[in-house]
Amino acid sequence: MSTALNSERSAILKQNRASRSERLLRAVRTPGGAVFVLLTGLLATIIVLNPSFGEPGSFIRFVGRTAPIAIAAIGQYFVIVAGEFDLSMGSVVTMQVIVAGNLIRQDDSKVIPVLVLMLVLGAFIGLVNGLITTLLKVPSFIVTLGMMLALLGLVLYWTGGAAQGNPADSFRQIGRGGIQDVPVLDIIPYPVIILTAAAVAGFVLMRRPYGRMLIAVGDNPSAAALAGSRVWWVRTRAFMMSSLSATVAGILLVGYAGVHPSVGRGYEFTAITAVVLGGVVLGGGRGWVLSAAAGAFALESLFTLLNFMGLQATWRDTVQGAIIIIAVAAASRSWQRKRKGASSAAHDEQHQMAAAPTPAEGTEQGGRV
Amino acid sequence: MKQRASFFQRLSSTQIVYLVALVTLILGVLLVNSIGRSFFSPGNISSILTGTSVLGFIAIGQTLVILAGSLDLSVPYVTSLASLIAAGVMANNPNNVLSGVLLTLGTAAVIGLANGLIVARLNVHGFIATLGVGLIISGFLATNFKGSFGETPLAFRLVGATGIGPVPISTIIMLACAGLAGLLLHRTRVGHHLYAVGGDIAVARTSGIRVDVPVITAHVICSVLAGMAGLLLASRLGVGSPTVGSQGGYDLLSIAAVVLGGTLLSGGKGTITGTLGGVLIFAMLDNIMSVMQVNPFLKDVVRGVVIVVAVAVYARRRIVSRPERFPAKGSVETPAAQPVPVEGP
Repeated sequence: MSTALNSERSAILKQNRASRSERLLRAVRTPGGAVFVLLTGLLATIIVLNPSFGEPGSFIRFVGRTAPIAIAAIGQYFVIVAGEFDLSMGSVVTMQVIVAGNLIRQDDSKVIPVLVLMLVLGAFIGLVNGLITTLLKVPSFIVTLGMMLALLGLVLYWTGGAAQGNPADSFRQIGRGGIQDVPVLDIIPYPVIILTAAAVAGFVLMRRPYGRMLIAVGDNPSAAALAGSRVWWVRTRAFMMSSLSATVAGILLVGYAGVHPSVGRGYEFTAITAVVLGGVVLGGGRGWVLSAAAGAFALESLFTLLNFMGLQATWRDTVQGAIIIIAVAAASRSWQRKRKGASSAAHDEQHQMAAAPTPAEGTEQGGRV
Repeated sequence: MKQRASFFQRLSSTQIVYLVALVTLILGVLLVNSIGRSFFSPGNISSILTGTSVLGFIAIGQTLVILAGSLDLSVPYVTSLASLIAAGVMANNPNNVLSGVLLTLGTAAVIGLANGLIVARLNVHGFIATLGVGLIISGFLATNFKGSFGETPLAFRLVGATGIGPVPISTIIMLACAGLAGLLLHRTRVGHHLYAVGGDIAVARTSGIRVDVPVITAHVICSVLAGMAGLLLASRLGVGSPTVGSQGGYDLLSIAAVVLGGTLLSGGKGTITGTLGGVLIFAMLDNIMSVMQVNPFLKDVVRGVVIVVAVAVYARRRIVSRPERFPAKGSVETPAAQPVPVEGP
């Protein structure tokens, strides 16, 4: 069969039936794959500069430190890939931190009920964001901006703008504790376990019908609606997952940073930066969920690297700003090239192949390779 | 009920904005009078108008950028930087006022040019491009300035402090800028192209418009106006401050004011007058809540709720009104007539 194809056809076929390693190599050249290369490069540079960073114990602590922002990035990914924004994320983090501080106090028995309450609150905020966006047709930028102002205002009004309360140690252990006495790593922080669970859940979800539908909705909502998906409910669930991930990030941050109204400030923009750095396209329909998490790690390791190089912490913003512009400019180049380039031609040609290939002049040509 | 709906449908979004502003005004008069103070006292009117000017400058620029289908999140940092440059160059010397103003606006224009070029030439989404440029400036400000810096001379400070009757000079300058922006939009080629590019960039390009020009122009004007806001703040405070812009939250508030003014966030539809209405609503709300001595944190709650509710009201009639091209025969043709859902930026 393959001998019947001319050289162009066989090249296409080769591309589509490429071995696993070759496909991996091609994936690395997309913006979503490039972030893993960037991350590896950054981590390697840090380890060269400061070999103690590479020790399993300190490396796993770095992963634990990055877990909250990575989880937030995974949540933001769902909303962005569906073609929306969630600016309320930072306020949700702040709210959950304050709720935990004020309701749990030093009472261990309240940890579980308050944890449940926080998750319910998170889901509810996402539901409200989603329903106003989809059913009332208010742009999500405005909805989540309003939610951000309103939530933050309520929280600050409730606390009087000052830090209050300190939740029980058993609650803070979720963010700062871990499984002790592990052979090589010494400690596996709980945040790492939670992050792994979130990443696996996100990965599986994006391969299930819901994930496919989410991408379809983000790419072209009208087409997705005509194809029979309930666009409003798909998007609303994305908002709920985003708020829930902000809730989880908040729970972890209580352990690290304690209770303060400034915890979570600017989280929405950091999460969006991480997602965009992961090659996810604003406007929806393109990008991988694990790349979003990798974007968060790349951002955090970049900050760590700058720290080791002795740059003032105040330059962090500047570096972050320059990085996202460069990353998105490069990504938009790359997507453009992809659309015009060889690999997309291959995909187009595939349709021709599916629709009855035109036979060559003579049958003897069929024998040629 | 049906009658009311059709009346509502006939209003343009700008008319609805001013209707909402009128409702706010009536509410304000009732509330302020209920605690025994006058809403229309010269002092109060002056304070409302003063409240409009800073946000007004930024919102006018933001309107142009949003109409072109982009966004500008760098405005608060441009404003802070402008206040620092102005106060730093003037250094309490009246002879330096002109050079200070020119240098400030020039720097702002360069930042706007950078924004515009990144958006138009590098094909970076306006959200990311201006967020990035904003962060770059923010890092620069945080590293080099720890507190207030420089001092503006008395002559310059008078601009922010005096007024003609109850109308502050800053508001008059702001309205003049609004008038110029309106002229640009409705009387010049770039203005018409701005609407075209914001409406559909692909159609604009195939119609022979050089799509880069309006986008870059909008960004430059927006940054210059943010620089004007910075000048005004420097004149009011007497010093430059590295946090004056970000504390005001002008990036998101100006976008909210623009959308509150009936402009589509996805671009191509909206007016400067609508934006002024949006800014006026915000200023009146702020003033009412200050007079009523509402807790400052609750102010944000009210603002957030008002933004969402008001935009939800417009969104009901956000459907692009153009004459029907195909007379509806039955439900078969409804896909063509279906309202296009309003997308995020």
